[in-house]
This record gives sequence, C-alpha cells and structure tokens, in this order.
Amino acid sequence: MIRKWFKSGDPWIWLIGGAVTISVIMVIGLLLMIGVRGLGHFWQPPIVEATFTSDSADEQRNVLGTIRSLETVSAQSVRESGVSVPPAQNFVDRYLFKLGNRDLTGQDFEWFIADRLSDFRYPLDAIQLQRREWGDFFGYLEAILEDGEVVAEGEAAFDVLAERLARTSEIMRQINHIERYEIGDINKKIEAQRLERRRVELANNLAPEEKSRRFAEIESNVAQLNAEYDVLFTELRAVRDRSLRDALVARTPDGRTVTIPFANVVRATRANAMDTGEKLVEYGARFWEFLSEYPREANTEGGILPAIFGTVMMVMIMSIVVTPFGVLAAIYLREYASQGPITRMVRISVNNLAGVPSIVFGVFGLGFFVYFLGGNIDRWFYPEALPAPTFGSPGLIWASLTLALLTLPVVIVSTEEGLTRIPKAMREGSLALGATKSETLWKVIVPVSTPAMMTGLILAVARAAGEVAPLMLVGVVKLAPNLPVDGEFPFVHLERRIMHLGFHIYDVGFQSPNVEAGRPLVYATALILVLLILLLNLTAIAIRNRLRERYKSDSD
Amino acid sequence: MTAVSYLLGTVSVIVGRSDGSLSQYMLVRDEDNIGRIERIREFESHPGAITHIFPEFSRKGFKVGDAAGHVGLHFGTSTRTLLIEEVLDQAVERVAISPRNDGVLYASRDGQTYYRSLWNEHPESSISSLWRKVWYEGRNGPDYVWQSSSATDEFEPKFSLMPLTLGTLKAAFYAMLFAMPLAICGAVYTAYFMHPTIRGWVKPTIEVMEALPTVILGFLAGLWFAPFVENHLPAVFSVLVVLPVVMLATAFAWRKAPAVIRHRIPEGWESVILIPVIIASTWACVALSPGIEVAFFDGSMRQWFTDIGVTYDQRNALVVGIAMGFAVIPTIFSIAEDAVFNVPKHLTQGSLALGATPWQTMLGVVLLTASPGIFSALMIGFGRAVGETMIVLMATGNSPVMNFNIFEGMRTLSANIAVEMPEAAVGGTHYRLLFLAALVLFGFTFVLNTIAEIVRQRLRTRYSSL
Repeated sequence: MIRKWFKSGDPWIWLIGGAVTISVIMVIGLLLMIGVRGLGHFWQPPIVEATFTSDSADEQRNVLGTIRSLETVSAQSVRESGVSVPPAQNFVDRYLFKLGNRDLTGQDFEWFIADRLSDFRYPLDAIQLQRREWGDFFGYLEAILEDGEVVAEGEAAFDVLAERLARTSEIMRQINHIERYEIGDINKKIEAQRLERRRVELANNLAPEEKSRRFAEIESNVAQLNAEYDVLFTELRAVRDRSLRDALVARTPDGRTVTIPFANVVRATRANAMDTGEKLVEYGARFWEFLSEYPREANTEGGILPAIFGTVMMVMIMSIVVTPFGVLAAIYLREYASQGPITRMVRISVNNLAGVPSIVFGVFGLGFFVYFLGGNIDRWFYPEALPAPTFGSPGLIWASLTLALLTLPVVIVSTEEGLTRIPKAMREGSLALGATKSETLWKVIVPVSTPAMMTGLILAVARAAGEVAPLMLVGVVKLAPNLPVDGEFPFVHLERRIMHLGFHIYDVGFQSPNVEAGRPLVYATALILVLLILLLNLTAIAIRNRLRERYKSDSD
Repeated sequence: MTAVSYLLGTVSVIVGRSDGSLSQYMLVRDEDNIGRIERIREFESHPGAITHIFPEFSRKGFKVGDAAGHVGLHFGTSTRTLLIEEVLDQAVERVAISPRNDGVLYASRDGQTYYRSLWNEHPESSISSLWRKVWYEGRNGPDYVWQSSSATDEFEPKFSLMPLTLGTLKAAFYAMLFAMPLAICGAVYTAYFMHPTIRGWVKPTIEVMEALPTVILGFLAGLWFAPFVENHLPAVFSVLVVLPVVMLATAFAWRKAPAVIRHRIPEGWESVILIPVIIASTWACVALSPGIEVAFFDGSMRQWFTDIGVTYDQRNALVVGIAMGFAVIPTIFSIAEDAVFNVPKHLTQGSLALGATPWQTMLGVVLLTASPGIFSALMIGFGRAVGETMIVLMATGNSPVMNFNIFEGMRTLSANIAVEMPEAAVGGTHYRLLFLAALVLFGFTFVLNTIAEIVRQRLRTRYSSL
C-alpha cells in the first residue's frame, strides 16, 4: 500500500511543500531574532550577585553583573577549554556574565559554569554605570563626593546621584558644544586662511606687493583667530573644572573602593530597585539616546545618529540622480524607441546591469568617479588644497552616484512595467481627442504611471539603503567627525565621508576590538536597518498591488 | 659561471654563464629540514657570455649585459624575459638600473657610458603567474598563492588568482547546493500546488527575504550562526536527515487521519500543516545535539573531526553556503515560480483529463515546459552567489585556500576586492589586478545573465504561441 501511496506522488507533494515552509520559517525566524535581540538591547536586566567557587574549591569570589546568556554544552568541549569538570558529568550549563569594570579587571565578559555559582542575590545597592570610557561599571554605591568631601552616604546617596548627574550632563553638553562647534568653527576658519594663503601663492597674476599685502592680511586674520581660540580654550578649561566637581565612591565586587568622577558617567541605574514603570522609562531614554547620539568607545557604545543621517542623505541624493535618468530612459524605451533588435539589446543590458555584482559597481565608482572625476575636479577647482584631496577621495557624492548607477535598472524596469500596464483605451482616447503624442505622454500617461515610478524609486531606495560592499570603496568610514550637513557654507558637504548603518554593522561586529560588548548594539542597528527596508518594501508592494487593481477595474 | 648577483632581499641569486644562460637559485628545505641550493627558474638565454647582472632596487627584476653587446631585462617571479636587445657592437661591461626602474645605464669595455630611458611597469604579472603554479622565494615548491602585501619592502608579492577563483566557485557551489533544492521545490509547490490564499502570503514573504540586506545576513552568519553550528554540529547533520523523514511521516499520518479533520482543511495547505512539525523537529535536533555528541563523538564533534584529520574553521563553507543560499533562494524562487505559474493552463488540464495524477502532470508537463525558466533562474542565482560580497566577507576567515573542504573557509574575488582595494596603491600592479578581478566578475555574471535573459525571452515567446 505504501508503494501505491508513493506512486500517487502525494508524499512528494508534501516534501516540496516542506521546502516552502522551511524558507518561510527561516525568514520569519530571522526577522524575529533580529527584532527580539535588537529591542532587548535597551531593557535593563537585573544585576545579579553570585558566589563563584574556583576549581580547587578553596577560593571563593563575588561575581556581580548582568547575565548575557545561558547555554548547555557538552562537558568535553568545556574540558578542552581548560576548565575541569567531574568526569561523570556529560553536560554543563554555563552563564555568560557581563561584569564590566574593564579598567580594573581587564575583561568585561566571563563564562561561569552554573554548578560553580551559588547563592544568587539581587542586591538593592548594586549600580550599573554607563561610562564615557572603559565601558560599564558594576558595583555598590557608597557615597557622593563634592570637591573630595562626602555630601551623601548610604540610601541618601541614590537621591543625590540622579540630580548631580543631571547637572554634570548639562556641563558635559556645554563642553561638547564648545569643542565641536565653537572651537571647531575657529579651526575651520584657520584652515580656510591657510588655503587662502596657498591660493595667493599659486596666483600668477598678482604683483609681489599685492601678494605681500594679502599675506599680511592673512597673518593678522590668523593672529586674531588664535586670540579667539585662546579665549575659548580658557573658557573650556573653566567649564571642565566645574564638571570635575562631583564624583561617586563605589565598592567593586572584589572589595576595592573606587572613585569615579561624574564627568565619566553617562547613565546610572540602580537596576534591582527599579519597578517596571521605571524600567520602561529607562528603556525609552536608552532607545532615544541610541537614535539621537553620536557613538562612543570605538562605536561599541552610544548612538548611531551619524549612521542614520549618512544613510538617509546618501539615499536622498541618489534618488535625485536616479529618478530622472531612470524614468526618462524607461519612457523612451517604451514610448518612442522602435521595438527592434537594438531596443531588445538595451533591455537585456539593463537587466544585466541589475545582475552585476555590487562590488563591481564599487570598483567602477572608485576608478571613474573618485579618481578620474574627483581628481580632475580637484585639479581645476581646488588646486590650493592639493595634495590633500577634496573631491578626489571617497565621499558622499560618489557613494550616491555609484548607488544611483546600481539602482538604475530597478527604476527603469518598474517604470516600464507601469507604462505597459496603462490601458490602451486611455492612450487612444487622448489621441482621439486630438492630443499630440507628447501631450498624451505628459498629460495622461506620465501622471497615471506616477505610482509605478514611485514603486520603482522606493524599491531602489530600499536596495540602496542595504548595500554596503560598493560603499566600502567609495565613501563610508567607521567614524565621521562631522555630519555631511551643517551650518557652514555650502551647508551640504558632498565631499565628506559618511557613516552608514550597514557599514556600521560590519565595522562594530567584525572590526571592533571588543566584539562581545558591541554585539547588542549590532543587533539594534540591524533592527533599525531592517525596519527601514521592510517599511520601504512593504510600501512599494502595497502601492503596486493597489495599482494593479485600479487598472484591472479601469480596463473592464 | 661568469656573473652572479643577489636579487632584492638576498633570498635568491641569479647566475649567468659563459654560454649566455641565466638561472635563479635559492635555498630550499626538504622534509628533513636539510637545506639545498636548488635551481628554481631558467630565463631566456643571451647570445653571448653574461658579463654583469644588476638587480632592481624595489622589485624582483634584474638587468643583464652580455659579451655580444646585448642588454636584457628579466623578471624573477613571473619568469619573464622582457627585453633582449643588441645595443653595442662590442661586449657590454657593466649595466645599472635607476631606482625607479625608468632608465638604464650601460658601459662598454672602452669606458663609454650610454643611457636609455625605460618603461617597465607591472612585469610581475603574466598569464602564467596569475593562473599557474609559481615557485616563490622561500617556499618548498611551486604553488598557487595570493599574498599581496607584507611588512617589508623586500617582500615578493604573490599574485595568483587561482585561490580566489576557486574560493569564489566554492562559495557559490555550496550556496547553490543549499538554495537549489529549497528554491526550486518551493517554487514548483507554490506555483502549482499551493492554495491561492497562502500563495498570497508566501510571495510577499519571499520578496521581503530578497530585500534583506546581505550585510545583515553576513553578520548573523558570522557572529551567531558560525558559533552555533560549531557547538551544534550534530544538529546540522541530523536536520538534513530528520526533516524529510518527518515530512513524509506527517504526510502519511495525514492520510491516515480521520476524514473529519482532513476535510476541514482544503488541498494546498500541506505546507501550513508542516509548520509546527518542522519547528518542533528542528528544535528537537538542536536540543538532542549535545546528547549525540556525547554518545557518538566523545563529547565534541568538532574535536572528532580534527582527530580524523579534517580541518575545521569556525567560519567555514558550510556557514557561508547556508547564509548565501538564504540570499539566493528568493532570486531563484521568484523567477522559477513565475515560469511554472505561467505554464498555460490547457496543458495541465489536458494532462489531468487524460488521467494523470497531479504529481505526474507536474513532472511530465509542467516541469518540462517550465524547464528553461528554471534553468535561467538557476543561472541568475548562480551569478548572484558568485558576486556576493558582504556575506563571504563576514562569514569566512577570508584565507585564500585551495580546497573544497566544507569545513574550511575561502577568500572570494569579491571579498578580496572589498578588503584590499582601499589599501592598494593607486596605479600599482596590485590595484590593477583588483580591477582585473572585478572585470572577471563582471564578465562572468554578464555571460550568465545574458544566457538567462535570452532563455527567458525565448520561453516567453513559446508560452504566448502555445
């Protein structure tokens, strides 16, 4: 009977049906995993204290931190890594603890065999500090110092902590403002004077007296700027001294006492004393910080604002370039070109362009845009800055152009599809009313096929936002000091390098010195990128489906 | 022997003889670590006895003068003789080359000195040095090696494209091995057997899958999946066996299930019924994995592999195959699904009317008609796998190895470009070779895509004529 059943083909249908199921489960599982891990990054876990007994059972130590993961592994693989496990035991549970305190102990993550840990506690006075340097700190708050004097101790210290932290954060914001904008501004002006000087040197049509007059002018400008700089620097130092007023004293799990200035603390949480509401508020604050702050500590902490900003800027410029080219090409191919072998070849080439590996576009962008176009722009318009390149090095504009090239086929194919779908009646009606071909095109066909063009553009944007390989050659960096848009003329700096969400994932996940610390941030970044792309794609799919239905009813 | 000179780096010597022949010798160590001076290369002979050999200052080339009035220019790594030219009617006594390799001086016996300018770029690459085995300095025999840079200036760059090409094919091969069955079976089922309601859900899901940035797939593969596979190796292999068996078992159980339940769910819902089954059995495989390791592999399957002599890297072809397969599945799926779905209905209905079962119709009519479309789907998928960069970059160790071991990594052309291009000196040999690699990739995918496109257009005409 089984043989008959197999002969009917039924089992094979189930088997190939399973292939679909596996694919769909993989996609949804992957999205869920990114979602859960990415969103979990901002939730404050409880701070656990436990007693760890060493191999020889004669040494005990306190472990304080948050639990990152728990897994079951075979005892053999643990033995291979040099941890002794009783021979009778086959499986081992082990915890990965985030211990922080990298400056004191040298490692902030550690695996512990579950059997060796005992007496799990959740001490109320345990605090977790996010610091500007050296990652997180875990310990017990003892006292708050002001200029070295104790102002609060014990339970009272927690109340003072929050309000003094707010004060220091405000001062740190001032310091950042002075450093980034005011001093940065002066540095840019001094650099502009240097370039001006070089320009005068290179100018052949100036008389020597004129030249020396201009030099003197530049000298005096520079002297004035330097004086301004000195004033700002004194101010900066005063503010910095103010920021160092407060400090906190904490006890580490191994019994040492450390003093941490508030200036080094970004965020302090007393995890075990927080209720769910407070944790939710903290969650929101962390999420907002992630979206709106600059990265810290080699990108493994802090926010991803420059990466979001860079991605969005790049994609916008790309859209501005790719839309007219793609739409016009599609209109020509569909409406004007005679449908012969040449058009067919062009169409095959466009399809081929979509299949060319993205890294090849990157190589082309580097060779043609960056070195050829950029190099020539530098020679013609920025000779004073040479040999330092202005446009002759990877930057925003080249990244956008390369991606525009990469996404061109997407726009062309989608627009063409839209044009094909327009009911014949509409076109012929317009022509019958006496409109010329171009009037029909611009007044009837193009407006009606706008949604199709939008679909193409959205799909192009979604593709561009996720593309990383070509950008590694033509314009992204791991850390960009300045955003490509700021208050300084010409406001949009096309030659600047940008940060990018996708490259951020690669960089933090694979190039950073502390991969384990950066891992949650990579998941969170991946989540943002996936959300962005899903949103764009689902919009495109929705527009397209509505479009199809509309024409269906139109042509009926 | 009439002239001897070290090449740059003093690892090997060039020996010129009175019959005009030139050879390169160096110290080679055999298995017993005994060093022997071996002749590793022969260069084109000069017409006269060699009088003087002068090495280049920054590369492995050298200039030669001979007694018959010729100067010659040769290059070590690529065994190329670039120039032998008669310049004097008497013996060339001394030759010298400028530090930037753009000019040569030579002197005749009577004390006259002559200067010639020289253009000698990229002598280290030749067809044979790129694609065939080369005996590099300090190695025990000819080999395929890609090693483009090192800390010292005296380093001999090793530019063999073989390991990169092989790595590219290896990655694409394993990706296709994973993607092909899933994508094609899935496409056939979705287009032909699946209930239209579910099909309306599956198609957007696959489109979303296609839109997922490869950098995310790569990072998950490298940071999560590679360690996971390493710790759950038995699960990976048991899933391969268990899933098909469980699916067949479910099918059988469904057939035996009471008619009340069976009739409640229409045909074409097989894959929905399979969802809990597949999730549960995969979970069971993972959960049982440490047990299998303890029972059969002395506690660690990875260690067991090492013991039987199979090298195991954490980031290996298996991981890349699955991650890149994931990226390729939607490409193959959409095109193949399109081809199957557009098979004219009267063909299938005719077959069913003649008494064939749906499965027989699928095998005999649908697959046969749609096979060009499926073929072009595979071509395009393969092209995508060949050019994919980020997944390979992140999920392999990027070591240029020359084997097809599924448990070792590889370095592909595309990843190699991404890694080395930002550091290559503009205009240098290395830089140009990376452009060549990009050209190879471009040409390869161009050919694949053109074939696929032409096949598809043919198919479209055929469908419309049927």
